[in-house]
Amino acid sequence: MTDEIKHEWPLFEVFVRAKRGLNHVHVGSLRAADHEMALHHARDLYTRRNEGVSIWVVRSDDVAASGPDRKDAFFAPSGDKVYRHPTYYSIPDSVPHI
Amino acid sequence: MTGTVAGEEQQQMITGEQVFADTIERDQRVEPRDWMPEAYRKTMIRQIAQHAHSEIIGMQPEGEWITRAPSLRRKAILLAKVQDEAGHGLYLYSAAETLGADRGDLTRRLIEGRQKYSSIFNYPTLTFADVGVIGWLVDGAAICNQVPLCRSSYGPYARAMIRICKEESFHQRQGYELLITMMGGTAAQREMAQDAVNRWWWPSLMMFGPPDADSPNSAQSMAWKIKRHSNDELRQRFVDMSVPQAEALGVTLPDPRLRWNDDRAHYDFGTPDFAELTRVISGAGPCNDERIARRRSADEDGAWVREAAAAHAARRQEAGA
Repeated sequence: MTDEIKHEWPLFEVFVRAKRGLNHVHVGSLRAADHEMALHHARDLYTRRNEGVSIWVVRSDDVAASGPDRKDAFFAPSGDKVYRHPTYYSIPDSVPHI
Repeated sequence: MTGTVAGEEQQQMITGEQVFADTIERDQRVEPRDWMPEAYRKTMIRQIAQHAHSEIIGMQPEGEWITRAPSLRRKAILLAKVQDEAGHGLYLYSAAETLGADRGDLTRRLIEGRQKYSSIFNYPTLTFADVGVIGWLVDGAAICNQVPLCRSSYGPYARAMIRICKEESFHQRQGYELLITMMGGTAAQREMAQDAVNRWWWPSLMMFGPPDADSPNSAQSMAWKIKRHSNDELRQRFVDMSVPQAEALGVTLPDPRLRWNDDRAHYDFGTPDFAELTRVISGAGPCNDERIARRRSADEDGAWVREAAAAHAARRQEAGA
């Protein structure tokens, strides 16, 4: 049983840059023995039709994420700061380019 | 002490339940780390796994024709298509893993017959025309089923479906084009195409599942917005789409009851043999044993490669560290 688990390849998250000028975007995951194999598999799996010009792979274990249970602690404080948005400030219509 | 912890857990669950209900109600997507009812998680894993298995097993009927495709062009197309099916399976296993499933375990469940796959792949591909008809009808039916799943409530599943649907369109068109070519050929080739249509039409209609009245899980799946249309609705949509395509091709569909109904503004059609569907799903179709045996041997024959790759990776890591 433990032997079986040992041979299971780890999970990698895959990020693809669709074209120059854009960010890498998460597209899914795959199993691979190591990073190099993960890159090759990602190429075969996620870019069969010119979907990308660059790929990142990251071990899923290495991703730290904010959980939904901490959503308020993380994101609620930004909700009540309306003065961070440009529309908060009223400027006369007659003022150009602002 | 334990009382407090239990209380907190209960509180958390109530909040989770509300958030989940709101998410569904507002037509937003449920994401992997959100709280979700256990039954939703189980249903999602079962559906995604079945779907993934269907893509993987679905490589076999057409894969058999790769070596016998009549031209290099057809061979390249078929290779690309079968590779896509593998890709679709892997997108879906990836989605299933976001729910805590493990793809190795899912494969074992498939091989041991504990999880199912689409009944359609248990029919044999007797001639090269079958490759065309599978693209046109089987992939056409799959598209009808899958387009609404792009709006399914579980985010990773919906996103996988978007990628899959984009690629399925190539599958359907290559099949239809293959049939146009055959129908423009000799009398024997036209006959071959018609024979393939005759064999695949009814199994294609069965792909939408049992009639609504006999589909016990449908109501819950609709309430959770996993599913957006009923089996019978989608079946009707498929028939309405296929009839003009068959006419354009010059083949007939093997259903004497098929005719346009002006009042309903739909085609009327006969009832598929749902007893056959039940038989095929429960393992007694023409190719069930063969499909599973093939999947099992691929898994077993590939085991040493997976082990060797894992050992190689471990050694390289040691050397690098």
